[in-house]
Amino acid sequence: MTVFEATLHLPPFNVRLRSPFAAVRQHIETFYPQAQRAAGDACFVDFDIQILPGRGLRRVWRPQARFLLDGVEPFFPLPAAQAAPMFEWGMNWCVAQRPLGWLVMHGAVLARDGAAIVMPGFPGAGKSTLCASLAFLEGWRLLSDELTVLDPADGMLVPHPRPISLKNASIDVVSAFPGARLGPIYRDTRKGTVTHAASPLESQSRAGERARAAWVVFPRFEAGASLQVEPLSRVEAFALISEQSFNGERMGAPGFEALCAMFDGVTCYELVYGSTQDGITGVRRICAS
Amino acid sequence: MTDPRRTQARRELLLALRDPARTRALEPQAWSALVSTARDANLLGALTSRLREAGLRACPQAQLHLDGMYAMGQRQHLSIQWEAHQLQAALGVLEVPVLLLKGSAYVMGFPEIGAGRLFGDIDILVPKAALADVESRLMLNGWVSDKTDPYDQRYYREWMHELPPMSHLRRGTVLDVHHNILPLTARNAPDAQAILARSRPLPGLPALRLPCPEDLLVHCLTHLMHDGELHNGLRDLHDAHRMVGLFAAAEGFWTRLESVAAGNDLAGPVSLGLKLLERLFGTEVPAATLATLSASASPDWAWQRWSPVYEAALLEPSTGVTSWRAAWARQRLYVRSHALRMPRGLLIRHLLRKAWMRRRASGTDNAAAPPN
Repeated sequence: MTVFEATLHLPPFNVRLRSPFAAVRQHIETFYPQAQRAAGDACFVDFDIQILPGRGLRRVWRPQARFLLDGVEPFFPLPAAQAAPMFEWGMNWCVAQRPLGWLVMHGAVLARDGAAIVMPGFPGAGKSTLCASLAFLEGWRLLSDELTVLDPADGMLVPHPRPISLKNASIDVVSAFPGARLGPIYRDTRKGTVTHAASPLESQSRAGERARAAWVVFPRFEAGASLQVEPLSRVEAFALISEQSFNGERMGAPGFEALCAMFDGVTCYELVYGSTQDGITGVRRICAS
Repeated sequence: MTDPRRTQARRELLLALRDPARTRALEPQAWSALVSTARDANLLGALTSRLREAGLRACPQAQLHLDGMYAMGQRQHLSIQWEAHQLQAALGVLEVPVLLLKGSAYVMGFPEIGAGRLFGDIDILVPKAALADVESRLMLNGWVSDKTDPYDQRYYREWMHELPPMSHLRRGTVLDVHHNILPLTARNAPDAQAILARSRPLPGLPALRLPCPEDLLVHCLTHLMHDGELHNGLRDLHDAHRMVGLFAAAEGFWTRLESVAAGNDLAGPVSLGLKLLERLFGTEVPAATLATLSASASPDWAWQRWSPVYEAALLEPSTGVTSWRAAWARQRLYVRSHALRMPRGLLIRHLLRKAWMRRRASGTDNAAAPPN
C-alpha cells in the first residue's frame, strides 16, 4: 500500500493527514479537491492525523482502522470499511476537544449577507437535511453542518465548511437536490447508513468570512406534521443550546460570556416541519420577520 | 544512552523554556513541532507562561493553541479553588489537619509554580488515624470510590499510602486521599507526622494546610522516582525547577532541604532529582547540597548511577516509534519504581496479578466510540 500524505487547508485549520487506506485518499480527492497545500509549503499544522490499519491480526481478520491525533489514539478502532468517514468523525472530535479558546457547539451554521442562522442539533431533529436544503436550494453559504464555532474575541461564528453528513432517510432526500454531490454510502456504522454531500464550492471559497449570529432555530422534523414556527424565549434557547456545547464546561466564564453576547443579538424559534418545502418556508418566514 | 534524533524535539523544548527569546525567529513549521512536543510533554501551559512573561508571541495560529491551553489551565485553577472550599465544608468539622499536596497545593499556595499547568487529580494528606473519619465524611458529601474490584481495594488499603481514588458524583473531580507520601511497603519511609507538623495553615480555609517549601520539593522529586510511569515526568521536573526558582533565595533553604530529605529517608531520590534538574533545566543547585545528600543516601540503591536512564526516558517523546534504548530505559524504571514501592515477593505477586487483570480487560471489547 502506498501511503497517502498531504497537508490540507481545511479552514481555519491546517491538517497533516497520512493514511495507507485508498478510501481515505479517495475521500479527500472527492470532498476537498482544493484543500491540498503544495508540497514544501511550510505551514503551522494544527492537527497531525493518521488513519492506520489495525494492529497484528486485525490487519487482515475483521480489519480495523485506527485514528491517531499527534500519535495518540483518542478512541477505539472502527471497521476498516469506515476509514474514510472516520476522518470526518475524528476531525469533529479534534475541533471539539482541542482547547483553542473557541466555544464549540453541536449545530449547523449557514449565512447570508453576513447574518447567520444557527441550528443546534438534537439527534434525529433533521438538522442536516434542513441544512442541506438551505445550502443547495436556497443559496445559503454553509459554515458547518455539525460544529458551531464561536470566537469570544469578536463574537463571530468561524466557518469550518466540510462535507455535510447524511444519515438513513435523509440520503435519498438530499441526493435529489440539484447540485448535491454525494460520496460512497457506508452501511452498518454506529449511526446507521451514512454518506456525505460535498459542501457547495462557494462555501469553501468564502471560508475566510466569519458571520454574526442573527437567528437561533431549533428544527424538529415530524413526518406528516404541518408547519409550525414558534418564537422561543432567549432564556429557553440559551439553556437548550448549552446542552449542545462540547466545551462550555471546560471553558468556563469566557465561553459563557461569549454565548450571552451572541444571544444579545439573536431571535430564537422552534421550527416543526414535515417536508423539505415546509422547512424552507419556515426559515424564510423566520428571516423575513 | 539517548537517540539524539528522537530526543532533539524535547531538548529544543527545554531550551525554549529556559530562554523563550530563542523562539523569536521560529518559522510556522518549527512552531508546529514545538507546540506538539510541549503538548505531548504536558508543558504547553508552561511554555505559554514563559512566552507571556517575556512578552513574546508565537505565529498567530500557534498562539491560538497556546492561549487556548492557558485559558483551560486558568479554568482548572478556578475549579481547584472551588474543590478546596468543598473540602473545607466536608472535612472542617473533623478538626484534623488536611494537607493539600502537589497541584492543589500549588494552586492554593504557590500559583507561580503551576501557572498555565493542567491538573488531573486533587491530592490530600491526612493523619492515618483520621483516615476512616475522613473517608466517611467525604462519602457523605458525594465522593465515591472508583475502584470496586476487591483486589484493587485491598491493594490500596493494605499496601499503598492512599485510599482508592474517589470521584465526586456530581462534579466528577477525582480525589486521592493519602496518609503518607510513599507506600507503606516502600523501601524509603517518610515521616508523615513530621510533614504535617512542618505545614502551615491556609488563610481563610482553617481545615486546609500547605506543605512547607522543602517538603513540597522533596515530594515532587520523590514522586518522580517512585512513579513507574514517566508520562508526566518532564512536567513534574519542571514544577520542581519552578520551586527552586521560587524558594532558593530564602535564607537556609538548602540546609533545611537536606535535613528534610534525610529525615524522611529520601536523600537518594532527592539527590538524583536535583541532578536531573541541573542537567535538563539548568537549575542552580549548590554542589555542597548534592554532596551532602549523596553521602547520606543509602548505598544499595545506587541512585546516582540511574541518572542517564532517567534522562533517556524523560527526553523520549511519549508517542511514535520508541527507540529500543528508551523502551529499555522505561522498562527498567517501571520495574525499579515497583521495587522501590514493595518487597520482592509482594512485587512479583502484584505484577503477575496486574498482567492477568490487563489481559482479561483487553478481552472485553467495551470500546469508546468517536462522536458523530
